[in-house]
Amino acid sequence: MATKYDWPAVEDRSLIGKRHDRVDGPEKARGDAKYSYDRNLSGMLFARLVTSPVPHGRIIGIDTSRAEKVKGYKGHVNILNPGDEIQWAGKEVLAIAADTEEHARDAAHAVAVNIEKLDHWVKEEDVKKAGEANRVKPAKDDAKGPDLAAAWEGAEVTHEGYYGLGVITHCCLEPHGQVVDWTGDDIKVYASTQAVARIPADLAKGLSRDESIGRVEAGQVEVITPYMGGGFGSKFNIDTWGIACAQLSKKTGKPVKLMLDRNEEVTVAGSRPSDYGNVKVGAKKDGTIVAYESETWSTGGIAGRGSPPLPYIFDNDEKLAQKIRHLNVSTNIGPARAWRAPNHPQAAVLTMCPLEDLAAKLDMDPVEFFKKNADLTARPEVYRYEIDKCAEMIDWKNKWRKRGDSGSGPVKRGLGMSLHTWGGRPHDSTCEVRIEPDGGVSVSMASQDLGVGTYTTLSVVAAETLGLDIPDIRINIGNSKLPISGASGGSTTVGGTTASTRRATVNALEELKGVVAESLGVEAGDLMAKDHKIFAKSDSSKSLSWADACKKLGNRTITGQGKQPDRDGGKLNDSGVGGVQMADVSVDTETGIVTINKIAAVQDVGLVVCLKQSESQVYGALIQGVAWALYEESIYDQTSGKMLNADMEFYKLSGAGDIGELEVHMVQNKYDDRGVIGIGEPPAISPGAAISNAVANAIGVRVPTLPLTPDRILAALADA
Amino acid sequence: MSSNKPIEGSVEGSGAEQRKGFSRRTFIEGIGLGAGAVGSVVVTDGAQADHHVPVGPDPVSITLNINGKNHDLKVEPRVTLIDALRNQLDYTGAKKVCDRATCGACTVMLDGLPAYACTTFAIEAQGRKIETIEGISAGDKMHPVQQYFVEHDAQQCGFCTPGFVMAGKAIVDKNPRPSMSEVEDGLCGNICRCGTYVGVRQAVYDAAGKGSA
Repeated sequence: MATKYDWPAVEDRSLIGKRHDRVDGPEKARGDAKYSYDRNLSGMLFARLVTSPVPHGRIIGIDTSRAEKVKGYKGHVNILNPGDEIQWAGKEVLAIAADTEEHARDAAHAVAVNIEKLDHWVKEEDVKKAGEANRVKPAKDDAKGPDLAAAWEGAEVTHEGYYGLGVITHCCLEPHGQVVDWTGDDIKVYASTQAVARIPADLAKGLSRDESIGRVEAGQVEVITPYMGGGFGSKFNIDTWGIACAQLSKKTGKPVKLMLDRNEEVTVAGSRPSDYGNVKVGAKKDGTIVAYESETWSTGGIAGRGSPPLPYIFDNDEKLAQKIRHLNVSTNIGPARAWRAPNHPQAAVLTMCPLEDLAAKLDMDPVEFFKKNADLTARPEVYRYEIDKCAEMIDWKNKWRKRGDSGSGPVKRGLGMSLHTWGGRPHDSTCEVRIEPDGGVSVSMASQDLGVGTYTTLSVVAAETLGLDIPDIRINIGNSKLPISGASGGSTTVGGTTASTRRATVNALEELKGVVAESLGVEAGDLMAKDHKIFAKSDSSKSLSWADACKKLGNRTITGQGKQPDRDGGKLNDSGVGGVQMADVSVDTETGIVTINKIAAVQDVGLVVCLKQSESQVYGALIQGVAWALYEESIYDQTSGKMLNADMEFYKLSGAGDIGELEVHMVQNKYDDRGVIGIGEPPAISPGAAISNAVANAIGVRVPTLPLTPDRILAALADA
Repeated sequence: MSSNKPIEGSVEGSGAEQRKGFSRRTFIEGIGLGAGAVGSVVVTDGAQADHHVPVGPDPVSITLNINGKNHDLKVEPRVTLIDALRNQLDYTGAKKVCDRATCGACTVMLDGLPAYACTTFAIEAQGRKIETIEGISAGDKMHPVQQYFVEHDAQQCGFCTPGFVMAGKAIVDKNPRPSMSEVEDGLCGNICRCGTYVGVRQAVYDAAGKGSA
């Protein structure tokens, strides 16, 4: 049943789904946007961490006597204490504050931590060796669908292969960290976070463990984060360094800044688990997939990590026989944190790569093969449409050749594809909208903009609802004292915040219409807000400008509340999307260098709110994908137990010249009635599998593990 | 991953006149920076290699000319330009990210050429014209590179953006009609994590030949 909250019909939308400049674009382009790292408060101290050089050990003693004599030293707090166990190199032991950044570094260098070394393990690709080191535990052993033995019997073509991808790290450009200003009872935290509303309780809980401080209430804490420099899933908690920073502020009576340095950021502040495994797939001669069996393993640090969702997307329990076994390798590396679409990129590699190998063995065009098997997915219609659209964008028909059929020259060209899905359900959100007598409109909630465009999408929704323009709306987010809204993770923000904003603005407008109706002598239900006017639909001469309508409020401000979820609040959002990506690459078989010619991406997210920034999310996901497909990997050394490339010159990310041509198509006006669904994760899933498949298509052999570095390309060619 | 072509955003700069002052000695001493050198620093300027005067480790008084304005400050000789700008003078547009001349987030102009402020000592920047992101717009009017960054949505989290804008400005200052591949080469000293290059390269390409703010 239609409700007053529903999104306007396509013909009534003046802003939703169109291209708009990022509201915060000028501030960022001018360098005026103040990030946590940029806060310089009066009398502020600088803090540095002392971290463990040892990957596994037990602290015997911590000696700060030399550090306390360092010029500018102001105080320190222990994060760990003698007796505590350390499980990865880079683990925080202590935080120390001084008057300048240089003195804080000196003081940190002067701390002596005595650690008893214990046996460590940092490698997981060779699961046999990890098993001998007693680091492997079963995590999943599951069979689904029709009888597996019968399915293998019935399979006319089978393929078995080894696939994998290593650990990568978030490498946020603004490192994790914060400035804490503790004055009297008030604790102001300028935190680089994805969870403005969640940090107060997290910090208060952490601080309450410090007996010298005593009970701290979440209500004392105000988190201020108008801008943050990248999180990608790694910035949901206050972390040990946040608690230590607050303790130092309390202890010294001064504001304290503690931001991780680059080595710390890359080593301990988040990583994406690896995945390796043997996969067997089988099909009928006509291409119908009948069986998928895998034995995989991975690490996410000391706690290991569960199984990725295998088989990925092609997982129909009634038609496809499936057997999944997953092993968990416990390693002494910085612990895993959520990374854009947790577990899905790995699952895509472990499914789409063996399936494309099977298609090659079947002598089938992957486009036809995946379309034929779309019935094994939850969204056959979406995928078939998207495969055709994506194939058209990359000119698959003319450019695709059979595997290995790419001419006699040293540079081979190939095409590959992958499919993905994601939930993206809305998080809970509360919005307060104010309409002021001077015509001003503000939208407030304790949400945050990670760079995804929250400022802009909320402006679009409020302006659309009130018949105004984007600059007419003031957005207040990035403060924990505002009405509570969810953390930004799992593509939940756009669905949650646009729904609460829509409901709040509809409610506020209704109240304004009541005032206007009285003044114009019409029914409130007959009024409409559009083009900076409120007018009667039945008689457009009965009209007030927005400014004049608001003047009728006298000295009263209207407050509209809106919530997500809201059972009577209309169909504003949903979860579950599909996307398809195709890559066109060239591989130099003499140097092993892969060049991206083009990547095409088709993405469904229900109702697109702002087209320009939706596309930017997809471009960004593709560019990150080029990095983890071709360059990016955390490399650990078993002897020292350390990450060898904890910096930005040897931890390789893609550059402006590495990405080729990218083309993005957002599906619009097809699934709009589902409402808004998140976009952060879905496009970040497929790039690795699509690029790996394109490389296999080009050179005729599978390069088993990502990233597809020149040495691995040349080794695969040599083995062929 | 960067290409093999000349880097426009490097400390050395790309002009031949820049290389003249680049002695073996300044290079070797510069290396100590990344390791967090403590104590005194010797600055040589090639021509007077025999007359260098050690300074530090205590703070020394210096004057920096930033965006046309002189600032007097006291810094330990080991303080980098990025730390002096950000920590002492509150010029926070340039960011400290890799802190070792890889990512370009700290890019500023020194005498009209792009430089990594994270690998330049503050005391080395004396007597030079320092231009930061805060100095390239004229009041409310943004520099064309900044305008096109907004138009092409060349930013997400925005943390790399000031560095990219400065690198972009350096490209269009030098070449009013760069090809797209020249734009890509000029940007290869900068790294973005969110993945904004599609907008960035288009913005710089479109801003070329459009003058200043």
